[in-house]
Amino acid sequence: MAEAINSGLRNAMEEDERVLVLGEDVGLNGGVFRITDGLQERFGEERVMDTPLAESGIVGFSIGLALMGYRPVAEMQFMGFMWPAIDQLSSHASRLRNRTVGRFNVPMVVRAPYGGGVRALEHHAESFESVLAHIPGLKVVIPSNPYDAKGLLLSSIKDDDPVVFLEPKRLYRADRMEVPESHFTEPIGTASIVREGDDLTIAAWGSMLPRVWKAAELISEKGIEAEVIDIRSISPYDQETVHSSVERTGRLLVVQEAPRTLGFASEISARATEEMMDVLEAPVHRVTGFDIPFPFYKAEGWAMPDLDRIIKGIREVLTW
Amino acid sequence: MGEAGVIPPMLTDRYDPLKGEMYQIMDKDGGLVGEDPNLPEELLRQMYWWMLYGRMADEKAIKLQRQGRLGTYAPGQGQEAAHAGPALAMGKDDWLFPSFRELTAYMIRGVPYEYNLMYFMGDPRSNRVPEGSNSLPIFVPVGTQVPIAAGAAFALKMKKKRDAVLCYMGDGATSEGDFHEGLNFAGVFSSPVVYIIQNNQWAISVPRSKQTASRTLAQKALAYGIPGLLVDGNDVLAMYLAAKEALERAKGGGGPTLIEAYTFRLMMHTTADDASRYRSEEEVRYWKDRDPIKRMRSYLQKRSIWSEGWEKELVRRAETMIKEAVEKAESVPPLKPEDLFLNMFSDMPDNLQDQLDLLQYYIETREIEEEAPVIRGGFP
Repeated sequence: MAEAINSGLRNAMEEDERVLVLGEDVGLNGGVFRITDGLQERFGEERVMDTPLAESGIVGFSIGLALMGYRPVAEMQFMGFMWPAIDQLSSHASRLRNRTVGRFNVPMVVRAPYGGGVRALEHHAESFESVLAHIPGLKVVIPSNPYDAKGLLLSSIKDDDPVVFLEPKRLYRADRMEVPESHFTEPIGTASIVREGDDLTIAAWGSMLPRVWKAAELISEKGIEAEVIDIRSISPYDQETVHSSVERTGRLLVVQEAPRTLGFASEISARATEEMMDVLEAPVHRVTGFDIPFPFYKAEGWAMPDLDRIIKGIREVLTW
Repeated sequence: MGEAGVIPPMLTDRYDPLKGEMYQIMDKDGGLVGEDPNLPEELLRQMYWWMLYGRMADEKAIKLQRQGRLGTYAPGQGQEAAHAGPALAMGKDDWLFPSFRELTAYMIRGVPYEYNLMYFMGDPRSNRVPEGSNSLPIFVPVGTQVPIAAGAAFALKMKKKRDAVLCYMGDGATSEGDFHEGLNFAGVFSSPVVYIIQNNQWAISVPRSKQTASRTLAQKALAYGIPGLLVDGNDVLAMYLAAKEALERAKGGGGPTLIEAYTFRLMMHTTADDASRYRSEEEVRYWKDRDPIKRMRSYLQKRSIWSEGWEKELVRRAETMIKEAVEKAESVPPLKPEDLFLNMFSDMPDNLQDQLDLLQYYIETREIEEEAPVIRGGFP
């Protein structure tokens, strides 16, 4: 996935000179995860900028660039460090279009690695995507595989509104797949059905997808076919794809890495309950993280939904 | 400015950070730049011991990381003088607000080495600072400790305690909004706090020159109406005396001080970093020649305090202590699920109890042990 994102950034910068990359260590060092590797060499220091260590500064500066016609792609080194930037995102980036009655808009992307499972230090493994999705006017995109990562990133950069693009760092180097070198896009706000099935629907995003898919394969050996939906974008959320699947299966399981309370799984569950009581054959079930700070790595296995818990969740939804 | 012979002038009056003037006692080879401060021999020995022990402990941590016995580690080598000097200048009841690279200061302030090891071995119990040590745990998000230290110091003042706070940060932290807000508050409330910026020249790959257009970091103090002092951060005598003066000023009601310790990170940012991508061997060699431990050794030799026998004795003592600490860190009892939940609040709310029960149920009824495998060729 790391290479796919790098390739997407390259395509975007080649195609549109308004695209700029900025953040801590993104230049010479190519970012701490090497996502921007080689970009400064290729496009120069004016378009790939190492910034001072200041998240609010990086995002505020990007808003200024965007207002003046550039298309900044800002990097937050880790999601856990982006809290100072959330003021700029929520007070300005997300609402400038609305509060200027359409006079200004903020076409920018804020990329951030998120999630646990990589034996990281404290504050390096957070998943608070639902906090961002709770900010009106912000798009929140979360790919789960290299192909989508590139296609969704290119859509995000083309988008005329601010997009937070969250990268599951556990999957940066987890899988390899064919990704075209050329420019292509995947539409924001669309979920994708990655496995078809009629017995239940499982919705997940980002880091949870490989586990959910594996769980679906395992239960398939027992004759149960799960439809797996990669949500891909939690804001806007593609309710239609999920609900039409549930209309067929009658059962919905949502899996999220983030803490349980008010995670995006809660929103998916609420909407399904509000609109689909007539077709639901069991309560919508959630398999989630816990309402605790993401733990030190000795205990991180306890904090994350794993294959066993997903299978238990499936059982719960099927046997209610 | 004090008049000679009447009131000894404060260091912060003698060295102008706007002009880049740096307070220094020793040159790079341990020779005296000015007058010998004639610090007590026992204190000088302490300084040397802690720097040496800190260096060896740091080297061991990197080895453990390379052997897979420790996670990502942030080394402090090269900065021992900026850690040992101020920590030894602190009073018993003063408070330490660390950043994340100050192992030597931490150990001096009563947080044993095994705590640091356990921290980087991914054990949350390492953050329970031992009773009796007035130290906060490591602050990871850069610069966030700065306003907290200002508040804690003000609290000491309100309680009419004659204690102060010593707060560390790196050069990168000076770019954060919290740096501005914290220093401003400290100035306005005249908090008894000493801020020490360890300017180790690099915030991961970003050089100090790209962090701020200011000539020095110490000069930033002036904008907040507080004294700022640029100190040779590899000169443990200067670091000690600068911190001592600032702590005394703070305790005497003179408010905060900002000290810039001009030093160098000899190793990588963390063990996950490759410093050769962004800085030259030549630069590292230049700074190795200014190694704070080597420099102090020459000074002690000149004062006939250092001997080979003493050095051997210190190394042996450090080796034993390091060995014991590693054993302790590696033999802690396993974590329990409740360790994650028990200290969320003073009383556990029902929903957290439910979640703890769920975790315990997951653990007890676990059927599938395997981790989801990496899927080659993508999924599906």
